[in-house]
Amino acid sequence: MKRNGTPSTNGKGVRLMMTLDGEKVAFTRGETIYEVAERHRKDIPTLCYDPRLEPFGGCRLCVVELEGARNPVASCTTEARPGMAVRTRTAALEVQRRILMEMVASENRDTDVDPMHGYASQEMAELLDRYDARTGRFEGARSGESRDDDDNPFIKRDYDNCISCYRCVRVCAEQEGDYAISIANRGFHTQITTEFGGLLKDSACTFCGQCIQTCPTGALGDLKALANRDVPGETKKTRTICPYCGVGCAVDVMTREEKIVGVLPAMDGPANEGSLCVKGQFAFDFVGHPERLSTPFLRDEKSGALRPASWDEALDFAAGKLRKVVKDHGRRAVYGIASGRAPHEAAYMMQRFIRAGLGTNHIDNCSRA
Amino acid sequence: MSNPLADMDKPDVIFCIGTNMTECHPVAATRLKRALARGAKMIVADPRRIGLAEIADVHLPLRVGSDVSLLLAMAHVIAREGLVDEGFMARRTAHGEDFLKHVERYTPEWAAEICECSPEDIEKAALLYGGADRGAIYYTVGVTEHICGVDNVQSLCNLALLTGNLGREGTGVNPMRGQNNIQGAGDAGALPNNYPGFQTVTDPAHREKFHKAYGRKVDLEVGMTKVTALDLCGDGIHAMMINGENTLVTDPDRHHCEHALKSLDCLIVIDIFMTDTARVADVVLPATAWAETDGVCTNTERRVQRLRAAVPPPGDAKPDWWIVSRLAQRMGWKGFEFESAKEVFNELCSLSSTYAGLDWDRIDRGEYQWPVPEVGHPGTPRLHEERFENGRGIFKMLDYRDPEETLSEEYPVWLTTGRRLPQYHTRTQTGRAAGIDYLLSEETLEVHPDDIVRLGLEDGGWAEMSNPRGCLHVKVRATSKSPRGTVFASFAFEDVPVNVLTGGGYDPVTQTAALKACPVALKPVGPPPALAGVGPQSGLGRL
Repeated sequence: MKRNGTPSTNGKGVRLMMTLDGEKVAFTRGETIYEVAERHRKDIPTLCYDPRLEPFGGCRLCVVELEGARNPVASCTTEARPGMAVRTRTAALEVQRRILMEMVASENRDTDVDPMHGYASQEMAELLDRYDARTGRFEGARSGESRDDDDNPFIKRDYDNCISCYRCVRVCAEQEGDYAISIANRGFHTQITTEFGGLLKDSACTFCGQCIQTCPTGALGDLKALANRDVPGETKKTRTICPYCGVGCAVDVMTREEKIVGVLPAMDGPANEGSLCVKGQFAFDFVGHPERLSTPFLRDEKSGALRPASWDEALDFAAGKLRKVVKDHGRRAVYGIASGRAPHEAAYMMQRFIRAGLGTNHIDNCSRA
Repeated sequence: MSNPLADMDKPDVIFCIGTNMTECHPVAATRLKRALARGAKMIVADPRRIGLAEIADVHLPLRVGSDVSLLLAMAHVIAREGLVDEGFMARRTAHGEDFLKHVERYTPEWAAEICECSPEDIEKAALLYGGADRGAIYYTVGVTEHICGVDNVQSLCNLALLTGNLGREGTGVNPMRGQNNIQGAGDAGALPNNYPGFQTVTDPAHREKFHKAYGRKVDLEVGMTKVTALDLCGDGIHAMMINGENTLVTDPDRHHCEHALKSLDCLIVIDIFMTDTARVADVVLPATAWAETDGVCTNTERRVQRLRAAVPPPGDAKPDWWIVSRLAQRMGWKGFEFESAKEVFNELCSLSSTYAGLDWDRIDRGEYQWPVPEVGHPGTPRLHEERFENGRGIFKMLDYRDPEETLSEEYPVWLTTGRRLPQYHTRTQTGRAAGIDYLLSEETLEVHPDDIVRLGLEDGGWAEMSNPRGCLHVKVRATSKSPRGTVFASFAFEDVPVNVLTGGGYDPVTQTAALKACPVALKPVGPPPALAGVGPQSGLGRL
């Protein structure tokens, strides 16, 4: 887990210090070398790392040279210690990282994936470019079999593109507490799977989408967003809050032109810190639904049916009806019910209408039922 | 919530009651699961074996509506075992001595007769919560939607006061709000007893403040609750304006509600879809939806956050504040010349004591939790740290009361209602989101396998469920998630309108409907004719 990075002392008031690429830096007790280096923007490459999860040390890309150690160590699993001297980017390390990336690339059918797959889906492709590692040097066996038989409408399971970083397995266990995803076999036979190897629907999966968002290769993908991959235009992100329950999860709504094409969890959302549920992640497309009301309606006096009207007509009609009620029955005969689903401004204006307009307190919201 | 969401992974002992958090507040539940992974213990009091119960250390499957008895007995055990936080009680509370005396007679054996949990489990739960350094209580409408909803909440407060579990990290009495801005609607003053910022309408000083701001004197008399207003439709209330609520489907006793709305001279509905409620209106005004509207919402931990428009609305749809302010202008009222959501929110802040230190720009990053009494105040993630707002925490002497309707020979089964994870409320939104039906496409009544046999039902067959208010047909599913004698259905699907049956009483203080405990009769029936020989229906066409 991320520490706050406030330097701590050794208990005698002396700050804990280590050397990072020749520079003396302070650190907090319990911080890993990787976390200290990230604070100093060393940009150490990683594939199995997600700051919300316990360090795993699987991909070995984050190796650094530690003075006095015979071999490079994984910076994500090694705690910083006073007096340590660490080099994060040497020629030897870069060669080692490039070979690792060439091996990663050899495992996968696709090395370029559409960003609509998910939040972290470009991590592998970016590192392949950084290390110029699309050489095909280790072409050969691949691990992981795709689950084209899984007919769920949300989560693409294309394990041909899996590199066994286990981020999906770990996010499901550590972040969600659902333990729906597991690992079968080892080595080239490694397969990300669920209990009894069935469909996600028949597992403990809640379709929260966290596995999609942490996958660095596009092996897992957001099928709803991918369905919009051909919508033209640049993807724009707008920070807002999920419209469902009261937890208030922050999301980035992805739009192209004037269409919502998907939702990303906000990793820095104060209430959710990157988590979402199935509704927040996937249930966004009521917004552009063809059944949305797009014009006012009023009840035709003759036919008794609702018919479309202009705003002018509808507002005058409504005001006329309200005025008649006030005239016939007094100002206390009007009642307002505000929504727990609309923003503050809606509720505030409703109570202002009733109080400033009619001088009563006949206003409530939908929290009693 | 008294405490922030971030506190949810910090308690030693978690006490969840009447909250199906993994389905209704799934992201909050992930924090509890992380606390458990770190070794916290959890007590879950819920009639059903819900997801949280599966991972709890103690599950108390209490009979619906019996919460007060269980909580009194837990207080009894905590007092008897000397787990009381005497320092906290002396410093921060009032009537503690009376309360200790009051609970002497409420033994676990007494409670067990009422709440149908074993005395041993009640003891175990009380010892866990009472022994915690950091004990946190979480609840939802499973606690409040009873005739004794207020008593239930006060019973929980009694437990927290008794053990000093308030005002510290990882403690608190924490209601989980079920709608994205239900907290904000109250904050903004859409309550019959409070102006914005919970300033009581009966206080002449508050009236004076709003008179100055609005240019009109408002009655000193508390307004009606929605429940009373619906009762008086056509008989005192003759016009209603309803914003974003499918009242007909979500409220108890649908037939009563339908009759009420139809007897109005004027019903104005502001919504994003032609809901059942909109269909009976005189005027339907189209609102902008989520992701089309700039605005503000406040979450369950009192965090004030910005909503931002990402796409344009369809056709002529307008923001709710625009619609209501323009209608006010047509009424000939002055002071409604608002041009932006920002202007509206800033006026709210200027008049609210809890938002006084906030404005539109200051909440841009969502870092404030109210109260924020003045500019420069950092906000209040944790309530009651130094003191209670009203001085001391007051113990309430409560007794158990039966629900208004109890089981009889004619209606021998409890119906309790709630939500399910993939669908939200009456599906006006999730029912129109592609893919959600894959996870849940029809409603089923959850019945314990023994009850299936006892009532002559069939797993996968159909049942008629009825009481004096109404009758409906529903497909039956056998599951031991339901306890014996209690069945469960959600109110999501229009073809299983469980709220034709609910409505047996209200809390006398809040007038919250008793939606969680409703005696019904069940008998087997054949499949509905339209469905005979047809697979699962989606019901989408009839939303």
